[in-house]
Amino acid sequence: MGDLILTPNQYDRFLEGTWLTVQVLGYSFVLGIVLSLLFGVARLSEREWVRGAALVYVEFARGISSIVLLFIIGLAVPILLDVGQAPLVLLASIALGLNMGGYGAEIVRGAIEAIPRGQTEATIALNLSPTQRLRHVILPQAMRIILPPMGNLTIEILKGTALISLLGAPDLLQQVFNLRQTTLAGDAPVSLSVLLFNALIIYFILAQVINAGFRYAERRLEARYEPRQPDIAGTPETAGAGG
Amino acid sequence: MTDTLQPSQTAPPAPEQVEFQPHRRWYRRPEILGPVLVVVVGYVLLIVGVEEHSRFSTRMTAEGRSDFDWMYFWHLVPLMVRGLLVTAKATVLGFTVAAILGFFLALGRRADSRWVSWPTAAVIEFVRSTPLLVQLFFWLAFIRATGLITPEGAEAIGFSRSLLILTLGLGIHYATYCSEAYRAGIDSVPKGQWEASTALNLDPRTKWEKVIIPQAIPNALPALGNFLVAGFKDAPMGFIVGVPGILFFANTVRGEDFRVTEPFFLVGVGFLMASLPAAWLVRRLEERIAYERT
Repeated sequence: MGDLILTPNQYDRFLEGTWLTVQVLGYSFVLGIVLSLLFGVARLSEREWVRGAALVYVEFARGISSIVLLFIIGLAVPILLDVGQAPLVLLASIALGLNMGGYGAEIVRGAIEAIPRGQTEATIALNLSPTQRLRHVILPQAMRIILPPMGNLTIEILKGTALISLLGAPDLLQQVFNLRQTTLAGDAPVSLSVLLFNALIIYFILAQVINAGFRYAERRLEARYEPRQPDIAGTPETAGAGG
Repeated sequence: MTDTLQPSQTAPPAPEQVEFQPHRRWYRRPEILGPVLVVVVGYVLLIVGVEEHSRFSTRMTAEGRSDFDWMYFWHLVPLMVRGLLVTAKATVLGFTVAAILGFFLALGRRADSRWVSWPTAAVIEFVRSTPLLVQLFFWLAFIRATGLITPEGAEAIGFSRSLLILTLGLGIHYATYCSEAYRAGIDSVPKGQWEASTALNLDPRTKWEKVIIPQAIPNALPALGNFLVAGFKDAPMGFIVGVPGILFFANTVRGEDFRVTEPFFLVGVGFLMASLPAAWLVRRLEERIAYERT
Protein backbone atom coordinates (compact mmCIF):
# COMPACT_ATOMS: atom_id res chain seq x y z
CA MET A 1 0.00 0.00 0.00
CA GLY A 2 3.04 2.22 0.29
CA ASP A 3 2.94 2.95 -3.43
CA LEU A 4 -0.35 4.82 -3.04
CA ILE A 5 1.70 7.82 -1.93
CA LEU A 6 3.37 9.92 -4.61
CA THR A 7 6.62 11.85 -4.57
CA PRO A 8 6.67 15.45 -3.30
CA ASN A 9 7.48 16.57 -6.82
CA GLN A 10 4.27 15.03 -8.09
CA TYR A 11 2.27 16.61 -5.30
CA ASP A 12 3.64 19.99 -6.37
CA ARG A 13 2.08 19.46 -9.77
CA PHE A 14 -1.16 18.45 -8.09
CA LEU A 15 -1.15 21.68 -6.11
CA GLU A 16 -0.82 23.72 -9.30
CA GLY A 17 -3.92 22.05 -10.64
CA THR A 18 -5.72 22.39 -7.34
CA TRP A 19 -5.11 26.12 -7.41
CA LEU A 20 -6.86 26.44 -10.76
CA THR A 21 -9.72 24.27 -9.51
CA VAL A 22 -10.11 26.52 -6.48
CA GLN A 23 -10.04 29.64 -8.68
CA VAL A 24 -12.80 28.34 -10.93
CA LEU A 25 -14.76 27.30 -7.85
CA GLY A 26 -14.36 30.79 -6.39
CA TYR A 27 -15.50 32.62 -9.53
CA SER A 28 -18.47 30.36 -10.11
CA PHE A 29 -19.40 30.55 -6.43
CA VAL A 30 -19.53 34.35 -6.53
CA LEU A 31 -21.56 34.35 -9.74
CA GLY A 32 -23.77 31.56 -8.39
CA ILE A 33 -24.52 33.42 -5.15
CA VAL A 34 -25.37 36.63 -6.96
CA LEU A 35 -27.68 34.82 -9.38
CA SER A 36 -29.25 32.82 -6.54
CA LEU A 37 -30.16 35.92 -4.57
CA LEU A 38 -31.31 37.81 -7.65
CA PHE A 39 -33.53 35.10 -9.06
CA GLY A 40 -34.59 33.73 -5.69
CA VAL A 41 -36.04 37.14 -4.87
CA ALA A 42 -37.37 37.60 -8.40
CA ARG A 43 -39.30 34.33 -8.12
CA LEU A 44 -41.38 36.01 -5.40
CA SER A 45 -41.78 39.32 -7.18
CA GLU A 46 -45.14 41.04 -7.40
CA ARG A 47 -44.80 41.55 -11.13
CA GLU A 48 -45.88 38.56 -13.12
CA TRP A 49 -43.34 38.90 -15.91
CA VAL A 50 -40.47 39.05 -13.43
CA ARG A 51 -41.73 35.87 -11.76
CA GLY A 52 -42.12 34.22 -15.15
CA ALA A 53 -38.66 35.20 -16.34
CA ALA A 54 -37.11 33.92 -13.12
CA LEU A 55 -39.00 30.65 -13.45
CA VAL A 56 -37.75 30.20 -17.01
CA TYR A 57 -34.18 30.78 -15.90
CA VAL A 58 -34.46 28.39 -12.94
CA GLU A 59 -36.02 25.61 -14.99
CA PHE A 60 -33.44 26.10 -17.72
CA ALA A 61 -30.45 26.13 -15.37
CA ARG A 62 -31.63 23.07 -13.48
CA GLY A 63 -32.96 21.11 -16.42
CA ILE A 64 -29.84 21.34 -18.55
CA SER A 65 -27.02 19.31 -17.17
CA SER A 66 -23.87 21.11 -16.01
CA ILE A 67 -21.70 19.16 -18.43
CA VAL A 68 -23.94 20.01 -21.40
CA LEU A 69 -24.08 23.65 -20.36
CA LEU A 70 -20.31 23.71 -20.00
CA PHE A 71 -19.82 22.37 -23.52
CA ILE A 72 -22.34 24.80 -24.97
CA ILE A 73 -20.79 27.82 -23.28
CA GLY A 74 -17.21 26.65 -23.64
CA LEU A 75 -17.37 25.55 -27.28
CA ALA A 76 -20.48 26.71 -29.12
CA VAL A 77 -21.18 30.18 -27.75
CA PRO A 78 -17.74 31.70 -28.54
CA ILE A 79 -18.14 30.63 -32.18
CA LEU A 80 -21.70 31.90 -32.41
CA LEU A 81 -20.83 35.26 -30.88
CA ASP A 82 -17.58 35.35 -32.82
CA VAL A 83 -15.49 36.34 -29.83
CA GLY A 84 -12.53 34.22 -30.83
CA GLN A 85 -10.48 32.65 -28.09
CA ALA A 86 -12.09 33.64 -24.82
CA PRO A 87 -10.32 32.58 -21.62
CA LEU A 88 -11.47 29.10 -20.71
CA VAL A 89 -11.54 29.73 -16.97
CA LEU A 90 -13.96 32.61 -17.47
CA LEU A 91 -16.31 30.58 -19.70
CA ALA A 92 -16.23 27.59 -17.38
CA SER A 93 -16.98 29.79 -14.37
CA ILE A 94 -19.93 31.35 -16.18
CA ALA A 95 -21.33 27.93 -17.03
CA LEU A 96 -20.93 26.57 -13.52
CA GLY A 97 -22.19 29.80 -11.97
CA LEU A 98 -25.31 29.75 -14.15
CA ASN A 99 -25.89 26.18 -13.13
CA MET A 100 -25.42 26.93 -9.44
CA GLY A 101 -27.68 29.97 -9.65
CA GLY A 102 -30.62 27.83 -10.76
CA TYR A 103 -30.38 25.53 -7.78
CA GLY A 104 -29.45 28.36 -5.42
CA ALA A 105 -32.46 30.45 -6.45
CA GLU A 106 -34.77 27.66 -5.34
CA ILE A 107 -32.95 27.46 -1.98
CA VAL A 108 -33.29 31.23 -1.49
CA ARG A 109 -36.94 31.20 -2.51
CA GLY A 110 -37.72 28.35 -0.09
CA ALA A 111 -35.92 30.14 2.73
CA ILE A 112 -37.72 33.44 2.13
CA GLU A 113 -41.06 31.66 2.02
CA ALA A 114 -40.24 30.00 5.35
CA ILE A 115 -39.94 33.37 7.13
CA PRO A 116 -43.14 34.00 9.09
CA ARG A 117 -45.56 36.41 7.42
CA GLY A 118 -45.62 38.59 10.48
CA GLN A 119 -42.09 39.77 9.70
CA THR A 120 -43.20 41.16 6.34
CA GLU A 121 -46.28 42.71 7.88
CA ALA A 122 -44.15 44.32 10.57
CA THR A 123 -41.87 45.91 7.98
CA ILE A 124 -44.91 47.29 6.18
CA ALA A 125 -46.18 48.67 9.46
CA LEU A 126 -42.78 50.27 10.05
CA ASN A 127 -42.93 51.79 6.57
CA LEU A 128 -39.70 50.20 5.38
CA SER A 129 -39.09 50.19 1.66
CA PRO A 130 -39.07 46.77 -0.06
CA THR A 131 -35.28 46.97 -0.37
CA GLN A 132 -34.88 47.73 3.31
CA ARG A 133 -37.26 44.92 4.13
CA LEU A 134 -35.17 42.41 2.22
CA ARG A 135 -31.82 43.75 3.30
CA HIS A 136 -32.43 44.20 7.01
CA VAL A 137 -35.27 41.89 7.96
CA ILE A 138 -35.99 39.02 5.61
CA LEU A 139 -32.58 38.00 4.26
CA PRO A 140 -30.70 37.97 7.60
CA GLN A 141 -33.28 35.53 8.94
CA ALA A 142 -33.41 33.52 5.72
CA MET A 143 -29.63 33.15 5.90
CA ARG A 144 -29.95 30.56 8.65
CA ILE A 145 -32.08 28.39 6.39
CA ILE A 146 -30.01 29.08 3.28
CA LEU A 147 -26.58 28.17 4.61
CA PRO A 148 -26.78 24.37 5.10
CA PRO A 149 -28.14 23.52 1.62
CA MET A 150 -25.87 26.15 0.09
CA GLY A 151 -22.89 24.26 1.52
CA ASN A 152 -24.02 21.08 -0.20
CA LEU A 153 -24.57 23.01 -3.42
CA THR A 154 -21.05 24.43 -3.25
CA ILE A 155 -19.66 20.91 -2.97
CA GLU A 156 -21.70 19.98 -6.05
CA ILE A 157 -20.07 22.88 -7.88
CA LEU A 158 -16.64 21.74 -6.70
CA LYS A 159 -17.45 18.38 -8.27
CA GLY A 160 -18.55 20.21 -11.40
CA THR A 161 -15.18 21.97 -11.74
CA ALA A 162 -13.61 18.63 -12.67
CA LEU A 163 -15.51 18.90 -15.95
CA ILE A 164 -13.42 21.83 -17.16
CA SER A 165 -10.51 19.49 -17.80
CA LEU A 166 -12.60 18.09 -20.66
CA LEU A 167 -12.28 21.48 -22.32
CA GLY A 168 -8.53 21.39 -21.80
CA ALA A 169 -8.05 23.64 -18.77
CA PRO A 170 -5.06 22.50 -16.67
CA ASP A 171 -7.03 21.80 -13.50
CA LEU A 172 -6.41 19.06 -10.95
CA LEU A 173 -7.77 16.27 -13.14
CA GLN A 174 -5.81 17.48 -16.15
CA GLN A 175 -2.62 17.47 -14.08
CA VAL A 176 -3.18 13.77 -13.44
CA PHE A 177 -3.01 13.07 -17.15
CA ASN A 178 -0.03 15.38 -17.60
CA LEU A 179 1.78 13.55 -14.82
CA ARG A 180 0.90 10.27 -16.40
CA GLN A 181 2.54 11.41 -19.63
CA THR A 182 5.76 12.43 -17.90
CA THR A 183 5.96 9.27 -15.82
CA LEU A 184 5.50 7.18 -18.93
CA ALA A 185 8.50 8.98 -20.41
CA GLY A 186 10.78 7.84 -17.60
CA ASP A 187 10.80 9.23 -14.08
CA ALA A 188 9.08 7.07 -11.47
CA PRO A 189 6.41 4.99 -13.18
CA VAL A 190 3.11 5.19 -11.37
CA SER A 191 -0.18 3.68 -12.43
CA LEU A 192 -3.02 5.89 -13.57
CA SER A 193 -5.44 4.52 -11.00
CA VAL A 194 -3.08 5.49 -8.16
CA LEU A 195 -2.77 9.02 -9.55
CA LEU A 196 -6.53 9.31 -9.88
CA PHE A 197 -7.05 7.99 -6.39
CA ASN A 198 -4.76 10.70 -5.05
CA ALA A 199 -6.72 13.29 -7.02
CA LEU A 200 -9.94 11.96 -5.47
CA ILE A 201 -8.44 12.42 -2.03
CA ILE A 202 -7.55 16.04 -2.82
CA TYR A 203 -11.12 16.68 -3.99
CA PHE A 204 -12.34 15.06 -0.79
CA ILE A 205 -10.15 17.35 1.32
CA LEU A 206 -11.38 20.41 -0.59
CA ALA A 207 -14.97 19.33 0.03
CA GLN A 208 -14.28 18.92 3.73
CA VAL A 209 -12.75 22.40 3.84
CA ILE A 210 -15.91 23.83 2.24
CA ASN A 211 -17.98 21.86 4.71
CA ALA A 212 -16.01 23.20 7.66
CA GLY A 213 -16.26 26.76 6.31
CA PHE A 214 -20.02 26.57 6.07
CA ARG A 215 -20.28 24.99 9.51
CA TYR A 216 -18.22 27.87 10.89
CA ALA A 217 -20.44 30.43 9.17
CA GLU A 218 -23.52 28.69 10.52
CA ARG A 219 -22.14 28.79 14.05
CA ARG A 220 -21.26 32.46 13.72
CA LEU A 221 -24.78 33.16 12.53
CA GLU A 222 -26.43 31.10 15.24
CA ALA A 223 -24.33 32.84 17.86
CA ARG A 224 -25.83 36.14 16.78
CA TYR A 225 -29.33 34.84 17.42
CA GLU A 226 -28.87 32.71 20.50
CA PRO A 227 -28.11 35.18 23.31
CA ARG A 228 -31.37 36.97 22.64
CA GLN A 229 -33.65 34.01 22.98
CA PRO A 230 -33.58 33.49 26.78
CA ASP A 231 -33.89 37.24 27.04
CA ILE A 232 -37.15 37.29 25.12
CA ALA A 233 -38.58 34.26 26.86
CA GLY A 234 -37.51 35.59 30.24
CA THR A 235 -39.32 38.89 30.25
CA PRO A 236 -43.03 38.36 30.74
CA GLU A 237 -44.33 41.33 28.78
CA THR A 238 -42.48 40.46 25.57
CA ALA A 239 -43.35 36.79 25.99
CA GLY A 240 -47.01 37.74 26.15
CA ALA A 241 -46.78 40.09 23.20
CA GLY A 242 -46.01 37.24 20.84
CA GLY A 243 -49.30 35.50 21.57
CA MET B 1 -68.18 16.48 8.61
CA THR B 2 -71.74 17.76 8.42
CA ASP B 3 -73.60 14.52 9.04
CA THR B 4 -71.72 13.84 12.25
CA LEU B 5 -72.65 17.25 13.55
CA GLN B 6 -76.41 16.79 13.05
CA PRO B 7 -78.20 15.84 16.23
CA SER B 8 -79.63 12.37 15.95
CA GLN B 9 -83.33 12.17 16.66
CA THR B 10 -83.65 8.45 16.70
CA ALA B 11 -81.60 5.89 18.48
CA PRO B 12 -78.31 5.29 16.73
CA PRO B 13 -78.56 2.36 14.34
CA ALA B 14 -76.75 -0.78 15.21
CA PRO B 15 -73.15 -0.46 14.13
CA GLU B 16 -72.67 -1.97 10.74
CA GLN B 17 -70.70 -5.15 10.78
CA VAL B 18 -67.68 -4.40 8.69
CA GLU B 19 -65.80 -7.39 7.54
CA PHE B 20 -62.10 -6.97 8.07
CA GLN B 21 -60.57 -6.13 4.73
CA PRO B 22 -56.85 -6.18 4.62
CA HIS B 23 -55.38 -3.41 2.54
CA ARG B 24 -55.64 -4.30 -1.10
CA ARG B 25 -52.44 -5.66 -2.47
CA TRP B 26 -50.50 -3.21 -4.60
CA TYR B 27 -51.06 -5.27 -7.75
CA ARG B 28 -54.80 -4.91 -7.35
CA ARG B 29 -54.72 -1.14 -7.11
CA PRO B 30 -54.88 0.35 -10.61
CA GLU B 31 -53.52 3.72 -9.50
CA ILE B 32 -50.32 1.98 -8.44
CA LEU B 33 -50.24 -0.76 -11.04
CA GLY B 34 -50.61 1.66 -13.95
CA PRO B 35 -47.49 3.75 -13.31
CA VAL B 36 -45.53 0.64 -12.34
CA LEU B 37 -46.42 -1.02 -15.64
CA VAL B 38 -45.48 2.10 -17.60
CA VAL B 39 -42.14 2.28 -15.81
CA VAL B 40 -41.41 -1.43 -16.33
CA VAL B 41 -42.34 -1.34 -20.02
CA GLY B 42 -40.25 1.78 -20.58
CA TYR B 43 -37.39 0.21 -18.73
CA VAL B 44 -37.46 -3.02 -20.75
CA LEU B 45 -37.79 -1.08 -24.01
CA LEU B 46 -34.79 1.04 -23.13
CA ILE B 47 -32.59 -1.88 -22.14
CA VAL B 48 -33.59 -4.34 -24.84
CA GLY B 49 -34.53 -1.99 -27.64
CA VAL B 50 -31.73 0.55 -27.56
CA GLU B 51 -28.61 -0.51 -29.36
CA GLU B 52 -25.34 1.27 -29.06
CA HIS B 53 -24.18 2.61 -32.38
CA SER B 54 -20.97 4.45 -31.99
CA ARG B 55 -21.10 5.83 -35.54
CA PHE B 56 -22.83 9.14 -35.99
CA SER B 57 -22.10 9.96 -39.60
CA THR B 58 -24.02 12.80 -41.17
CA ARG B 59 -25.27 12.75 -44.74
CA MET B 60 -25.00 16.44 -45.42
CA THR B 61 -22.58 19.20 -44.69
CA ALA B 62 -23.40 22.58 -43.27
CA GLU B 63 -22.97 25.77 -45.16
CA GLY B 64 -19.39 26.57 -44.36
CA ARG B 65 -19.62 30.31 -43.90
CA SER B 66 -22.56 30.56 -41.55
CA ASP B 67 -22.18 29.97 -37.83
CA PHE B 68 -25.50 28.26 -37.56
CA ASP B 69 -27.21 26.29 -40.33
CA TRP B 70 -30.81 25.36 -39.55
CA MET B 71 -31.04 22.69 -42.24
CA TYR B 72 -28.03 20.95 -40.81
CA PHE B 73 -29.48 21.37 -37.30
CA TRP B 74 -32.69 19.54 -38.23
CA HIS B 75 -30.71 16.92 -40.07
CA LEU B 76 -28.86 16.07 -36.86
CA VAL B 77 -32.03 15.44 -34.83
CA PRO B 78 -32.34 11.65 -35.43
CA LEU B 79 -28.70 11.15 -34.54
CA MET B 80 -29.14 13.15 -31.36
CA VAL B 81 -32.19 11.08 -30.37
CA ARG B 82 -30.15 7.92 -30.85
CA GLY B 83 -27.49 9.27 -28.50
CA LEU B 84 -30.09 10.45 -26.02
CA LEU B 85 -31.64 6.98 -25.86
CA VAL B 86 -28.29 5.40 -25.09
CA THR B 87 -27.76 7.98 -22.35
CA ALA B 88 -31.20 7.13 -20.95
CA LYS B 89 -30.38 3.44 -21.06
CA ALA B 90 -27.15 4.01 -19.15
CA THR B 91 -29.07 6.10 -16.64
CA VAL B 92 -31.62 3.43 -15.83
CA LEU B 93 -28.95 0.74 -15.64
CA GLY B 94 -26.82 2.85 -13.33
CA PHE B 95 -29.80 3.85 -11.24
CA THR B 96 -30.79 0.21 -10.73
CA VAL B 97 -27.38 -0.42 -9.22
CA ALA B 98 -27.71 2.77 -7.17
CA ALA B 99 -31.17 1.96 -5.83
CA ILE B 100 -30.17 -1.53 -4.70
CA LEU B 101 -26.69 -0.74 -3.42
CA GLY B 102 -27.96 2.43 -1.73
CA PHE B 103 -30.41 0.44 0.34
CA PHE B 104 -27.67 -1.77 1.71
CA LEU B 105 -25.48 1.25 2.36
CA ALA B 106 -28.34 2.79 4.34
CA LEU B 107 -28.70 -0.41 6.37
CA GLY B 108 -24.94 -0.58 6.88
CA ARG B 109 -24.88 2.96 8.13
CA ARG B 110 -27.59 2.22 10.69
CA ALA B 111 -25.89 -1.00 11.82
CA ASP B 112 -25.46 -1.40 15.57
CA SER B 113 -21.82 -2.34 15.30
CA ARG B 114 -19.64 0.68 14.77
CA TRP B 115 -17.20 -1.54 12.89
CA VAL B 116 -19.82 -1.59 10.15
CA SER B 117 -21.46 1.80 10.48
CA TRP B 118 -18.36 3.99 10.59
CA PRO B 119 -16.61 2.61 7.50
CA THR B 120 -19.91 2.75 5.62
CA ALA B 121 -20.39 6.37 6.61
CA ALA B 122 -16.81 7.15 5.54
CA VAL B 123 -17.29 5.52 2.13
CA ILE B 124 -20.57 7.37 1.60
CA GLU B 125 -18.99 10.70 2.50
CA PHE B 126 -15.96 10.07 0.31
CA VAL B 127 -17.88 9.02 -2.79
CA ARG B 128 -20.45 11.78 -2.36
CA SER B 129 -17.96 14.62 -2.16
CA THR B 130 -15.68 13.67 -5.03
CA PRO B 131 -16.46 14.31 -8.72
CA LEU B 132 -18.15 11.58 -10.71
CA LEU B 133 -15.91 12.41 -13.65
CA VAL B 134 -12.75 11.57 -11.70
CA GLN B 135 -14.42 8.45 -10.35
CA LEU B 136 -15.27 7.33 -13.88
CA PHE B 137 -11.67 7.83 -14.99
CA PHE B 138 -10.59 5.93 -11.90
CA TRP B 139 -12.87 2.97 -12.60
CA LEU B 140 -11.75 2.93 -16.22
CA ALA B 141 -8.07 2.86 -15.21
CA PHE B 142 -8.72 0.39 -12.41
CA ILE B 143 -10.63 -2.05 -14.60
CA ARG B 144 -8.09 -1.79 -17.38
CA ALA B 145 -5.24 -2.41 -14.96
CA THR B 146 -6.81 -5.34 -13.15
CA GLY B 147 -8.71 -6.83 -16.07
CA LEU B 148 -11.78 -7.20 -13.88
CA ILE B 149 -14.18 -6.83 -16.81
CA THR B 150 -12.88 -7.97 -20.17
CA PRO B 151 -14.53 -6.70 -23.36
CA GLU B 152 -15.45 -10.29 -24.24
CA GLY B 153 -16.95 -10.90 -20.81
CA ALA B 154 -19.06 -7.78 -21.16
CA GLU B 155 -20.28 -8.78 -24.63
CA ALA B 156 -21.34 -12.13 -23.22
CA ILE B 157 -24.02 -10.51 -21.08
CA GLY B 158 -25.12 -8.22 -23.88
CA PHE B 159 -23.55 -4.88 -22.95
CA SER B 160 -20.39 -3.17 -24.04
CA ARG B 161 -17.61 -2.81 -21.52
CA SER B 162 -17.79 0.97 -21.58
CA LEU B 163 -21.49 0.83 -20.72
CA LEU B 164 -20.74 -1.48 -17.80
CA ILE B 165 -18.06 0.89 -16.50
CA LEU B 166 -20.50 3.81 -16.70
CA THR B 167 -23.16 1.71 -14.97
CA LEU B 168 -20.72 0.88 -12.20
CA GLY B 169 -19.46 4.43 -11.77
CA LEU B 170 -22.88 6.06 -11.95
CA GLY B 171 -24.36 3.32 -9.75
CA ILE B 172 -21.81 3.65 -6.97
CA HIS B 173 -21.88 7.45 -7.07
CA TYR B 174 -25.64 7.68 -6.85
CA ALA B 175 -25.90 4.78 -4.38
CA THR B 176 -24.45 7.11 -1.77
CA TYR B 177 -27.12 9.69 -2.57
CA CYS B 178 -29.85 7.05 -2.54
CA SER B 179 -28.65 5.76 0.81
CA GLU B 180 -29.37 9.19 2.27
CA ALA B 181 -32.86 9.08 0.77
CA TYR B 182 -33.49 5.66 2.26
CA ARG B 183 -32.09 6.76 5.58
CA ALA B 184 -34.44 9.73 5.70
CA GLY B 185 -37.30 7.42 4.69
CA ILE B 186 -36.49 4.94 7.45
CA ASP B 187 -36.11 7.72 9.99
CA SER B 188 -39.51 9.08 9.01
CA VAL B 189 -41.25 5.91 10.18
CA PRO B 190 -42.78 6.97 13.52
CA LYS B 191 -41.17 5.69 16.69
CA GLY B 192 -44.41 4.01 17.71
CA GLN B 193 -44.15 1.63 14.77
CA TRP B 194 -40.77 0.40 15.98
CA GLU B 195 -42.02 0.06 19.52
CA ALA B 196 -45.16 -1.75 18.36
CA SER B 197 -43.01 -4.22 16.42
CA THR B 198 -41.01 -4.88 19.54
CA ALA B 199 -44.18 -5.19 21.63
CA LEU B 200 -45.61 -7.70 19.15
CA ASN B 201 -42.36 -9.62 19.37
CA LEU B 202 -41.86 -9.55 15.61
CA ASP B 203 -38.60 -11.01 14.51
CA PRO B 204 -36.30 -8.52 12.72
CA ARG B 205 -37.10 -9.94 9.30
CA THR B 206 -40.86 -9.55 9.67
CA LYS B 207 -40.42 -6.14 11.26
CA TRP B 208 -38.47 -4.84 8.29
CA GLU B 209 -40.46 -6.60 5.59
CA LYS B 210 -43.98 -5.93 6.84
CA VAL B 211 -43.71 -2.79 8.95
CA ILE B 212 -40.73 -0.56 8.26
CA ILE B 213 -39.98 -0.93 4.56
CA PRO B 214 -43.60 -0.57 3.32
CA GLN B 215 -43.74 2.78 5.11
CA ALA B 216 -40.19 3.93 4.47
CA ILE B 217 -40.05 3.37 0.70
CA PRO B 218 -43.01 5.63 -0.26
CA ASN B 219 -41.40 8.40 1.79
CA ALA B 220 -38.09 7.87 0.02
CA LEU B 221 -39.60 7.74 -3.48
CA PRO B 222 -39.62 11.48 -4.34
CA ALA B 223 -35.98 11.85 -3.31
CA LEU B 224 -35.09 8.76 -5.32
CA GLY B 225 -36.90 10.24 -8.31
CA ASN B 226 -34.90 13.43 -7.95
CA PHE B 227 -31.69 11.44 -7.96
CA LEU B 228 -32.82 9.56 -11.05
CA VAL B 229 -33.19 12.90 -12.83
CA ALA B 230 -29.84 14.04 -11.44
CA GLY B 231 -28.25 10.81 -12.64
CA PHE B 232 -29.67 11.44 -16.09
CA LYS B 233 -27.93 14.80 -16.10
CA ASP B 234 -24.62 13.19 -15.22
CA ALA B 235 -24.91 10.21 -17.57
CA PRO B 236 -23.60 12.12 -20.66
CA MET B 237 -20.21 12.04 -18.94
CA GLY B 238 -20.09 8.44 -20.12
CA PHE B 239 -18.57 9.62 -23.37
CA ILE B 240 -15.17 9.68 -21.64
CA VAL B 241 -15.31 5.91 -21.18
CA GLY B 242 -16.70 5.45 -24.68
CA VAL B 243 -20.45 5.11 -24.19
CA PRO B 244 -22.05 6.42 -27.40
CA GLY B 245 -24.42 8.74 -25.59
CA ILE B 246 -25.54 12.26 -26.37
CA LEU B 247 -22.20 14.01 -25.88
CA PHE B 248 -20.44 11.25 -27.76
CA PHE B 249 -22.71 12.16 -30.66
CA ALA B 250 -21.83 15.85 -30.42
CA ASN B 251 -18.13 15.14 -30.17
CA THR B 252 -18.19 12.75 -33.11
CA VAL B 253 -19.96 15.31 -35.27
CA ARG B 254 -17.50 17.94 -34.13
CA GLY B 255 -14.62 15.71 -35.11
CA GLU B 256 -16.01 14.62 -38.49
CA ASP B 257 -17.80 17.70 -39.80
CA PHE B 258 -15.92 20.40 -37.87
CA ARG B 259 -19.25 21.90 -36.79
CA VAL B 260 -19.64 22.91 -33.17
CA THR B 261 -22.65 25.16 -32.70
CA GLU B 262 -25.38 22.93 -34.17
CA PRO B 263 -24.63 19.63 -32.40
CA PHE B 264 -24.04 21.19 -29.00
CA PHE B 265 -27.10 23.42 -29.09
CA LEU B 266 -29.11 20.43 -30.26
CA VAL B 267 -27.79 18.46 -27.29
CA GLY B 268 -28.94 21.23 -24.99
CA VAL B 269 -32.41 21.34 -26.55
CA GLY B 270 -32.77 17.56 -26.51
CA PHE B 271 -31.65 17.41 -22.94
CA LEU B 272 -34.14 20.00 -21.77
CA MET B 273 -36.94 18.22 -23.64
CA ALA B 274 -36.17 15.05 -21.71
CA SER B 275 -35.26 16.33 -18.27
CA LEU B 276 -37.97 18.98 -17.79
CA PRO B 277 -40.91 16.54 -18.12
CA ALA B 278 -39.03 14.07 -15.91
CA ALA B 279 -38.52 16.70 -13.22
CA TRP B 280 -42.19 17.68 -13.53
CA LEU B 281 -43.28 14.06 -13.03
CA VAL B 282 -41.14 13.77 -9.93
CA ARG B 283 -42.70 16.94 -8.55
CA ARG B 284 -46.17 15.49 -9.19
CA LEU B 285 -45.14 12.33 -7.34
CA GLU B 286 -43.84 14.42 -4.48
CA GLU B 287 -47.12 16.33 -4.16
CA ARG B 288 -49.14 13.16 -4.36
CA ILE B 289 -47.17 11.35 -1.67
CA ALA B 290 -47.25 14.40 0.57
CA TYR B 291 -51.03 14.42 0.05
CA GLU B 292 -51.44 10.75 0.90
CA ARG B 293 -49.38 11.08 4.03
CA THR B 294 -51.55 13.74 5.59
